[in-house]
Amino acid sequence: MERKIVLPGEEINLEGMKQGNGIYHENGKYYSYQMGVLQTYNSYANVIPLSGKYYPVRNDRVIGKVIDVAPSFWIMDIRGPYPGFLHINDTPWKNMDQDLNKILAVGDTVFGKVNEITESRQIWLSLKDAGLRKLEGGHILMVQPTKVSRIIGKGGSMVNTIKEVTGVKIQLGQNGVVWLDGPADKVMVVRKILKYIEKEAHTSGLTERVKKILEEKQVI
Amino acid sequence: MRAVSKSADEIVYGLKREYLEKICAEGSRIDGRKFDEVRPIIVNRNFVPRAQGSAEVRLGDSRVLVGIKIEQGEPFPDTPNSGILTTNAELLPMASPTFESGPPGEDAIELARVVDRGIRESKMIDLDKLVIKEGEKVWVVFVDMHILDYDGNLIDACALGAVAALLEATVPASKVGAEDFPLPINHVPVTVTFAKIGSTMLADPNLEEEEVASARLSIATNENGDVVAMQKGLSGSITKEELFSAVDASIKLGKDIRKRVLGK
Repeated sequence: MERKIVLPGEEINLEGMKQGNGIYHENGKYYSYQMGVLQTYNSYANVIPLSGKYYPVRNDRVIGKVIDVAPSFWIMDIRGPYPGFLHINDTPWKNMDQDLNKILAVGDTVFGKVNEITESRQIWLSLKDAGLRKLEGGHILMVQPTKVSRIIGKGGSMVNTIKEVTGVKIQLGQNGVVWLDGPADKVMVVRKILKYIEKEAHTSGLTERVKKILEEKQVI
Repeated sequence: MRAVSKSADEIVYGLKREYLEKICAEGSRIDGRKFDEVRPIIVNRNFVPRAQGSAEVRLGDSRVLVGIKIEQGEPFPDTPNSGILTTNAELLPMASPTFESGPPGEDAIELARVVDRGIRESKMIDLDKLVIKEGEKVWVVFVDMHILDYDGNLIDACALGAVAALLEATVPASKVGAEDFPLPINHVPVTVTFAKIGSTMLADPNLEEEEVASARLSIATNENGDVVAMQKGLSGSITKEELFSAVDASIKLGKDIRKRVLGK
């Protein structure tokens, strides 16, 4: 199937593929819900939106910010439609002195995963997995959640290229929050390149172009 | 009792604050500017042709629209021989996720008052020439500022927009049987705002810098290099040395902006 940009309500010829995300069915025909790129994946046709909010999915790695502290859990902003909750039992820490503020305070940042989304749409996060932790030092950057997969690239090719060439530590959240750590000038280069990827996400051959820009120190 | 809780967007990432303080101490800024460097400024005058004067200002990614309306009105009883200047700022919800519709909040009022003070205290407009009939009828100058996109430092963008719009404004005197005349201008004030991060004063802070700043200082200067108005914001403190260096920088930057952007 041809990879192309579709508009909301545009008719889609599935060409024998199954109906995937972002596509609806009416009077025997298929239409796109969103403005996005029509792609195929494992015999499914999907419309990947060009922009949009983050919709949490189980096991997503996200970067969250503490916005409130409750007696046994934290309320986190994960840029989703609802706040996320992080219970003390889902963290590597023990609640010894009964004050959660001493572990994570308002404004602190964690790299966690979406552990469970309940029927009433409560989002429970967890820090109990490899690599999940409280983030310290470094800088935060926001990108479109729909562009995160493009920044990662096939098998991590894009993000690894950026890491290798610039030497900046990068942690990507599926919710479009990016954590960067390194020297100020390098972080600035990465910020610019991430914004460039965001803008050019729908074009092909992007990883090669990004590599070229980084290696030749082109100004964008 | 808990204070009014902030929305998720207003809570600043703690590590962002640490990072900005760290790189400022190392001598660099988040967008690569020098400490006393302002973002690119674009001023489109006469943006709204039907207004008596208007200007659209882009300061980096901040964007404001200023319109001037000049109408007849009654003078205040204590100043029967001078016209009236009224400033108003509107933080449109489309400009930022943290702006809400409804009556103007603290930020909008402060913004309007700081811009008003810069124009009023510099004696930019010769209000005494705006009298139609002494004690009965004068010209009222309305300065309306609309924030279209928020990326920090609205004070400088609005002040610049207001001055640029006023410089081109025409008093519609033909409505009272006289001839239209340009708004009488005496001085050209320019406001420059500094944010204090760690122990560094940064000119023209962008949104990220404004979020983590401990103190903010706006200084309006006129073309003679005199300080005509000031406003200190936020809860942090400023030392004497920082104040004097900010004043010097604001005079220098003001001169540059006045010449380069306003052509005065």
